[in-house]
Amino acid sequence: MTITVPATSVARARERLLPAYFLAGVLFGIVLTKGELASWFRIQEALRFDGLYLYEVFASALAVAIPLFWMLERRRVRSLVGEPIVIAPKALGRGRRYAIGGTIFGLGWGVTGACPGPLFALLGAGVGVIAVMILGAMAGTWVYGYLRPRLPH
Amino acid sequence: MLELLHRPWPWYVTGPLLGLVASGLLVIGNKQLGVSGNFRHLCAAVFPRNVAFFKYDWTRSGLWNLAFAGGIVVGGFIGGALLASHEPVAISARAHADLASLGVHDFTGLVPRQLFHWGALLTLKGLLLIAGGGFLIGFGTAYAGGCTSGHGITGLADLQFPSLIAVVAFFAAGAVASHFLLPLLLSR
Repeated sequence: MTITVPATSVARARERLLPAYFLAGVLFGIVLTKGELASWFRIQEALRFDGLYLYEVFASALAVAIPLFWMLERRRVRSLVGEPIVIAPKALGRGRRYAIGGTIFGLGWGVTGACPGPLFALLGAGVGVIAVMILGAMAGTWVYGYLRPRLPH
Repeated sequence: MLELLHRPWPWYVTGPLLGLVASGLLVIGNKQLGVSGNFRHLCAAVFPRNVAFFKYDWTRSGLWNLAFAGGIVVGGFIGGALLASHEPVAISARAHADLASLGVHDFTGLVPRQLFHWGALLTLKGLLLIAGGGFLIGFGTAYAGGCTSGHGITGLADLQFPSLIAVVAFFAAGAVASHFLLPLLLSR
């Protein structure tokens, strides 16, 4: 049996939930800073294979998330909005976008020691010049969008 | 007691909390943890021009993600300024020696101040690091369709093979950049 929910009430429910997403972001930002994932030093430690911290964080995050995701999807749990929880599979295609795009992002990550989440966290932590890096990331995204029809995917 | 709040967290607190945030977003509104999509939403909102990639209703699909990013800024202020650690970062002795050999001597704060300050934009190396590095982050995550959160946590937690390709590429290229590009940018 399917339950149909009027589109307008779903849209209203979405907007009601914006504070919840904001609060989830606050928690995520605290985790990124207190957990030192926004630390340039910690990222360099990991990428130079000088320490295990980042790998331990990823492994334990996945150890929690893999069974929870599996349970949420398998039990067909509904979200607070009422939609069933579904994670659409990403299209593999020839996989080139993941390898090439991942490599380009990795180069940026390696020199700056920052990925998108930490960029916003560092801005909040008071590293003002990070605003320029965020503008750079917007420029990079825009140029990708512009070139997209001509790039291998 | 208050001092305890300023201490950095161990991996076994940080990692599981990440997993809980990712799961919590699914429970709240079937949303997948990810941050790099915000660069696309911001482009769509500010400067879409005639580019097909930015012609979509960002208020419908992107508002939740922008609210999440706004929260990260506030969380960054709480964790990185209000409750900032007073001690130098406790990276391994090897990492410490390794970075010191590249000319990094101040290990306090979240980023080395010698690299991340406004004056750095006036030098070619500083500009390359900050604006160029940001450009690569934005271009690469848009191309790969996700970042360390979207592919590294959400995609891998859902056992998606494309995310595994992306994450392997992140770490391989990140290691190359850290070993071979970073020394060039740090040398005087």
